[in-house]
Amino acid sequence: MNIKSQKDFFSGLMFTAVGVGFAWGAVGYNVGTGARMGPGYFPLMLGIVLAILGGLIMFKALVVETEDGDKIGKWAWKPLVFIISANLLFGIMIGGLPSIGLPPMGLVAGIFALTIVASLAGDTFKLKEVLVLSAVLALGSYLAFVMLLKLQFPVWPTFIAG
Amino acid sequence: MMDLINNLSIGFGVAFTAQNLIYAFIGCVLGTLIGVLPGVGPIATIAMLLPATYALPPVAALIMLAGIYYGAQYGGSTTAILVNLPGESSSVVTVIDGYQMARQGRAGPALAAAGLGSFFAGCVGTLILAAFAAPLTEVAFKFGPAEYFSLMVLGLIGAVVLASGSLLKAVAMIVLGLLLGLVGTDVNSGVARFSFDIPELTDGIGFITIAMGVFGYGEIIANLSNPEDEREVFTGKVKNLYPTAEDFKRMVPAVLRGTAIGSILGILPGGGALLAAFAAYTIEKKTKLKPGEVPFGKGNIRGVAAPESANNAGSQTSFIPLLTLGIPPNAVMALMVGAMTIHNIQPGPQVMTSNPELFWGLIASMWIGNLMLIILNLPLIGMWIKLLTVPYRWLFPSIVLFCAIGVYSTNNNTFDIWMVAIFGVIGYGFIKLGVEPAPLLLGFILGPMMEENLRRALLLSRGDWSVFVTRPLSAGLLAAAALLLVIVMLPAIKSKREEAFVED
Repeated sequence: MNIKSQKDFFSGLMFTAVGVGFAWGAVGYNVGTGARMGPGYFPLMLGIVLAILGGLIMFKALVVETEDGDKIGKWAWKPLVFIISANLLFGIMIGGLPSIGLPPMGLVAGIFALTIVASLAGDTFKLKEVLVLSAVLALGSYLAFVMLLKLQFPVWPTFIAG
Repeated sequence: MMDLINNLSIGFGVAFTAQNLIYAFIGCVLGTLIGVLPGVGPIATIAMLLPATYALPPVAALIMLAGIYYGAQYGGSTTAILVNLPGESSSVVTVIDGYQMARQGRAGPALAAAGLGSFFAGCVGTLILAAFAAPLTEVAFKFGPAEYFSLMVLGLIGAVVLASGSLLKAVAMIVLGLLLGLVGTDVNSGVARFSFDIPELTDGIGFITIAMGVFGYGEIIANLSNPEDEREVFTGKVKNLYPTAEDFKRMVPAVLRGTAIGSILGILPGGGALLAAFAAYTIEKKTKLKPGEVPFGKGNIRGVAAPESANNAGSQTSFIPLLTLGIPPNAVMALMVGAMTIHNIQPGPQVMTSNPELFWGLIASMWIGNLMLIILNLPLIGMWIKLLTVPYRWLFPSIVLFCAIGVYSTNNNTFDIWMVAIFGVIGYGFIKLGVEPAPLLLGFILGPMMEENLRRALLLSRGDWSVFVTRPLSAGLLAAAALLLVIVMLPAIKSKREEAFVED
């Protein structure tokens, strides 16, 4: 048995797995009957439908010929890791990380951290340029979001702002 | 007819005071300014600016909020076209052709088409709202839960036709979206479903986190994984700002069709404005291409004009169920309910009789708001186009930042930042697996509504599923959905459809 379409096979597998997961979780709630639907009724129904759909997609991926095997191709680890960690770092800077005793560092530090790490995802990285961009974004965000819109952001680290 | 003129003259009398005109103007400017930020849709914009209206008198507050709403929508479609990032659910389809136009250096005509189409649709929508508010409630009254459920099925099937590639995968994405929409507290039983004991998840997954993760981060990562020369950058190719005579010729019928569809679908509670944009795009796609016209999905101006008009007409007429029945048809209207309650106005049929100045003043100011936006935005299109000249290596960290700030500020909670990271990874996975994310979003929004209507319909029929086919309206809607599916699966059309999607 050869996989004729890699993309379809793995997306089918994903749908089936998620469908089974939801259906399995739904059984844990009160399912009820049609006339008295419990919280588990609709998700159970949808979960089963999704699992069947996933199965059909996988079946098709094993049977129907494709020209080039629909390869998924290489994962772009570099942008994936840097973009997502830039985002996570921003969250840590805003909210702090109590588990390691890191206090909230505030919006300005968050913007610098996010911009520098996100820029590493690109092909070219010029530190000077990135620092200028960070500064511009930090100033702009401060004026727009904090001054003008009065969004609730910790702007500076808590140990400075108090 | 005399009534209409009388009512409108009351309305314009209220709206044309210097104070209310200024509030409408401020609302439009602020709404556009924030709506233009990638990932900040009308919901977030209204939510952010809502506190600014607390101190105003009720009429002025609602007028300003309506201005913010339209401004945010205009801004949202601008971002959709220029940055390929739908800030709101209803501009998901505008992205398809609008972004392609921007890539080809035709961002100017795309923005103008969206603006002019929206203005025309807004005028028509306002007139319809004024003229038919009362009689049209009767149409909505005819819709029971069974009809709503069938209508949503039809809407979702319609969306599948729109997704490129495999039909099966698109249906699966809808179901996945419906399931994700169910995460959180079940309104009926109070049970927190699929929340894994995480308190933030009991409120459900935020639409904004899904949209920004899947469309924002996923797209950026996929973009960056292409080598530099293959990357789709669209700088310095913008030639003319205004549509050509040829563009106008194609736009006009699309705007008319979009306005008609939007006005009708907008009235129906349950994502009316959203369905309108999808339906309008699907219909445009089904009409025959004129010789020499660009195919859909590659920058056809009709693919921008029709959904934008439909979306604006729909958002206008979606005020009808709110103002006449007191039912918010979407999240934006739910915020309007909140704002009205703060000012001690109970939305519902009595507003029209007990508070005619507010009712008609609001309607008149909608038209004024639309006019202000077209005056404000068309001359400023040049400014939006300047955004295109920013190199991508500056733009993408900025988009990541705006997404992060937008996500955080919706709830002032870092939990949403962790969620958007997860959806960013999932979104990139979708791109790698070749599945279209748009149907997922639609399913996500309709999930809870579908469950609620299914529950009510089956409760009324005592668990008898045949209620969906024995009620004529519901049966008609389901038949239309089935017909759509059959049409798409017909061998002749199937091969054509696949052909159309393969060529990109």
